[in-house]
Amino acid sequence: MTFSHAKSTVGVTQSMANRVLRLLIVCQVLYSTIAFGSVLDIDKEEEEFSEELLLKPLPDRKVLAHFHFQSTAPPSTSFGRHHHLFPKPISQLVKKFRVKEMELSFTQGRWRYEQWGGFDHISSNNAKPPGVELWAVFDVPQSQVDASWKNLTHALSGLFCASINFLESSTTYSAPEWAFRPDLGNLRYGTLPREAVCTENLTPWLKLLPCRDKAGLSALLDRPSIYRGFYHSQQLHLTLTGSGSEEVDSGIVLEQTLTVVLQPSSWRTGKSYVDKAHSQPSWSINSIFGRKVGGKCVLAKSSNVYLQFEKGLVGELKNLQKENANSETNKLASKVFLSNLSFDLSVNPDKVFEEVDNFHSKSTSILYEFSVEKYNDSHPLDLGLTWKIPVVWSCQQAPLHASRFLMGSGNERGAIAIYLRSTELSEGLKKSDIVDKSCELRVNVFQVVPWYIKVYYHTLQVFVNQQSRAVADIMEKIHISPSKDKTSPGVMELILKLPCGLESAALNLEFDKGFLHIDEYPPDANQGFDIPAAVISYPDFHASMHFSEDGSLDKSPMFSKFQEKSLVLSYTEILLVPLTTPDFSMPYNVITITCTVFALYFGSLLNVLQKRVGEEERFLKSKAGRKTGRLSQLLSKFSTKLRGKPREPQPSTTVSSSFVSFKLILKILLVAGIAICWQYYFG
Amino acid sequence: MEAKKEEKHSRRSSFWVWVIASVIFRLILVYFHKNLNLSSRPEVSTPLTSIRRLAEGYWLKQSSMSPYAGSMYHGSPLLLSLLGPLTVQRIQGQPNHLLCSLLFVLADVVSAVLIRATGQKLQTAYSQSLKLLELDNLSRSSEILSSGDVAALVYLWNPFTIVACVGLSTSPIENLAIILSLYGACTRLPSLAAFGWVVATHLSLYPAILIIPLIFLLGYGLDAPPRKLFVQRRHGKGGDNPSSGSSCQQEELLIQSKLPLTFSWKPVMHFLFWASVWSVYVLALCSLSVKQKGGLWEMFKSTYGFILTVEDLSPNMGVLWYFFAEVFDFFRNFFLIVFHMNILFMILPLAIRLNHRPCFLAFVYIMISSMLKSYPSVGDSALCLGLFGLFIFELADMQFSFFLFCGYVGVSLLSPVMHNLWIWRGTGNANFYYATAMAFACFQIVLVVQSTSAMLNHDRKLRKVSVTIP
Repeated sequence: MTFSHAKSTVGVTQSMANRVLRLLIVCQVLYSTIAFGSVLDIDKEEEEFSEELLLKPLPDRKVLAHFHFQSTAPPSTSFGRHHHLFPKPISQLVKKFRVKEMELSFTQGRWRYEQWGGFDHISSNNAKPPGVELWAVFDVPQSQVDASWKNLTHALSGLFCASINFLESSTTYSAPEWAFRPDLGNLRYGTLPREAVCTENLTPWLKLLPCRDKAGLSALLDRPSIYRGFYHSQQLHLTLTGSGSEEVDSGIVLEQTLTVVLQPSSWRTGKSYVDKAHSQPSWSINSIFGRKVGGKCVLAKSSNVYLQFEKGLVGELKNLQKENANSETNKLASKVFLSNLSFDLSVNPDKVFEEVDNFHSKSTSILYEFSVEKYNDSHPLDLGLTWKIPVVWSCQQAPLHASRFLMGSGNERGAIAIYLRSTELSEGLKKSDIVDKSCELRVNVFQVVPWYIKVYYHTLQVFVNQQSRAVADIMEKIHISPSKDKTSPGVMELILKLPCGLESAALNLEFDKGFLHIDEYPPDANQGFDIPAAVISYPDFHASMHFSEDGSLDKSPMFSKFQEKSLVLSYTEILLVPLTTPDFSMPYNVITITCTVFALYFGSLLNVLQKRVGEEERFLKSKAGRKTGRLSQLLSKFSTKLRGKPREPQPSTTVSSSFVSFKLILKILLVAGIAICWQYYFG
Repeated sequence: MEAKKEEKHSRRSSFWVWVIASVIFRLILVYFHKNLNLSSRPEVSTPLTSIRRLAEGYWLKQSSMSPYAGSMYHGSPLLLSLLGPLTVQRIQGQPNHLLCSLLFVLADVVSAVLIRATGQKLQTAYSQSLKLLELDNLSRSSEILSSGDVAALVYLWNPFTIVACVGLSTSPIENLAIILSLYGACTRLPSLAAFGWVVATHLSLYPAILIIPLIFLLGYGLDAPPRKLFVQRRHGKGGDNPSSGSSCQQEELLIQSKLPLTFSWKPVMHFLFWASVWSVYVLALCSLSVKQKGGLWEMFKSTYGFILTVEDLSPNMGVLWYFFAEVFDFFRNFFLIVFHMNILFMILPLAIRLNHRPCFLAFVYIMISSMLKSYPSVGDSALCLGLFGLFIFELADMQFSFFLFCGYVGVSLLSPVMHNLWIWRGTGNANFYYATAMAFACFQIVLVVQSTSAMLNHDRKLRKVSVTIP
């Protein structure tokens, strides 16, 4: 519906856009004069929006596209209700639920840490587990955090057309203490591993952008081409800045990122490679997105496209360069010769940056900047990369490669194993270990397990290099909150202290599978249940990237983000655990059969207890006859008749019964006399 | 006379040979415990009796958390302090839970010995009371084995007991507590009876209803033919020759002194006093051990509360798990009440009808609770069958005994097969296993009904015989 509507109003919007542009220029001039006049006055600070796109060739013939849209609302008193650029629903959300920091991600596909890298900013912040992940930090008292979380999930669920409201139930979210994000109080974390992500989640996300997907870089987001990719993660991260004092509303920074890994359809220039496996596909923006960048979003402060060549790639290119042109005077600026000999860029970059590396490695990554401002609809930007020679390189890896799997068969019990394998980086550490004996690699493990996976934490076993080790030797810190049935999931937070020279380490936990009530199974119960991904992070390693000392990139929100020290973090696989199912069609049968058994027990036992055989009856009757008289005798007669048994002859009772009846008549006469007297005197 | 003594001696020695053989058999099984994997069988380890859960609770406690923090452990904190350290200690080269297993074997042997002692007490008392009724010909004590020996050996060699013991469920300890209370009551030791009762109730709640048979045992004495017969007998005697003189008087006095025709309140009061003392003591110990971690209320909630609300729906031998997995949520509370009331409803009629046989009454109560409890295991059935052996002479005329035997064997063979088909192979479904549980419940019902009816018939026979004897 939105599409058709959009089509019909394209013309209108364009003319409108022009008008708005003019108006904005005027406004901007005005504002800038004011801003220069009073820099210190925070009220006069502008709301800003910027859009950036980072493209990066990946070793396995794919291309990473990372969109980064940032809207900021500065701290102010006057913004109260109205915003120029900043999306209103988000600011309302922040105000209403007092969110301090929040991150919501919708992900499809799995990030391949081995091929696509595990040490840079994108892989540790934008590689997310499949499905929905939400965490939020609240600025409310401890007791109200859960209530705020529940409301927030419902609000987000409405905002993004997703079933985030399932995170409301206390069985799905947890409160990690330190292993997930360090030093954040009032944090809540929840995941929905099985949430399907599609355009219905993207459209509301795009609506938060000032230009939506009508102009600027977001116009590249052609649904069929981005959902065709191997990995797709759409994220929303908001942080509060500035003072949190009462009068001034704190500023909000909203980062919306979309990370896509796409396979360029291999269009080739005439050259055919000998080695097809190693040939990198040449691509252009048009070939991977099916669209070109037709100018910037007019409301954006900055709009840039970056192309990044990784450290490994640059090193490889340099090597190739040396081989090809042996003793050439290649002390020239590296960027120039790189672009000339091994690949071609269809557009000349506006700027070229080189990473400032803290580690003294051979090569550093290179960044080309293309400013979108120069381009417009008639002259769109179509950045293309054409490879001239085949290259093979690998991305920088996290210290350890983490994977997780299930062990055991059957639906009764099993075990979860987290397996950590050394990568190149830890190989490097091993070498440095020779110098420093007391080298340790610290690994943070955070794992949430739903309650129906009943983990026995006392069975935790640690294997280092395939040898069992005492848990106490390896564990630096441990925090466990075991799961409560139908109430809360089990949370495990560990810091492992592994020796540097390790080849592999494995954690092993046994569990029993729970049995659920018939209502608690999802519609496709036999598919199994998901255990959310575990988070493995390395507290001693931080990914940060610094380009160019001159600070010209500092203005770019994306790269200022990249420069921040961020924890190297990776997610493991989601596990699918099949659980036993009862027979869903049987509730009535089960109820009736069980109740029948109970009735059988009750009835037959009671029958045995009150059954009397003939002689007992005779005995009782004789006793009754002797003692109680005619009424009970009649009753017993009646009962024997009811039972259909012949009445026993009672030879001995005749005399006594006549005596008893005489007594009875006397009693009745006495009572009658009293009654008459009563009537006479009081009536 | 000599030959008789010798025979008795040889009988005794053969009993001990069987006991030792059973211990050796257990030890062999314990050694191959890993291969048998009995401790994870649903029949053996219920959420209440599983040793793995106990180890988890102990681990949580050691890492300064409440043992009830997760929904893993639901047993008593005292058991945790007793068995917990044993689950951790490993002896090099030996099976993991060797010390625990040894403790359970010991508990089994002690239970058997106590059952035997109880049986002997019962038998002597019973033959004495028969003698008083001049029904000596009815007592068959001079047969191969005494009922105590039979019961003890049935308890020791019952596959259920062996499996429960080797499979490391805590039910041998619970059974020991129950048997201890019965033994204490039979030997007229109110403090011991009270101790056993309090501990058994603390461990698994259901033995609480045993207070009625225990009070009867202490008040009226051991199992005897209906009191009416004694009264009749005395009256009959008095009527027969009213002028017999002092010898008859003496005899009457003797009867009165030996036979509990009247309810004696003194031991009962003692029992109640000791019960309150022990329960205060147990509660104090518990509160000490869970003081920092939630206190007594949390303990009650996750032990008794867990038993009463049937929270865990994992399959077991009982009838409730599948029912509560399938029943609609809004009926849940209603059925919880109904099913628990089913146990309570039967207490009074049984107590009225069987008050002259308190031990048998206790057996019936244990049987009913082991049948209808929320998480039954083979350990409970083992106790029932063991106690059943005590009344083997009285219940000789029981109907369907062969049918029941076949049923028990069949169900205990079929149930693991069905479980395997459902859980491991995925070729069967839950109904298969549930059907075996239903069949097992039915057989238990037939057993309890038939044994009660056989006992009542036995009383009738006694009455008939005593009436016909002049």
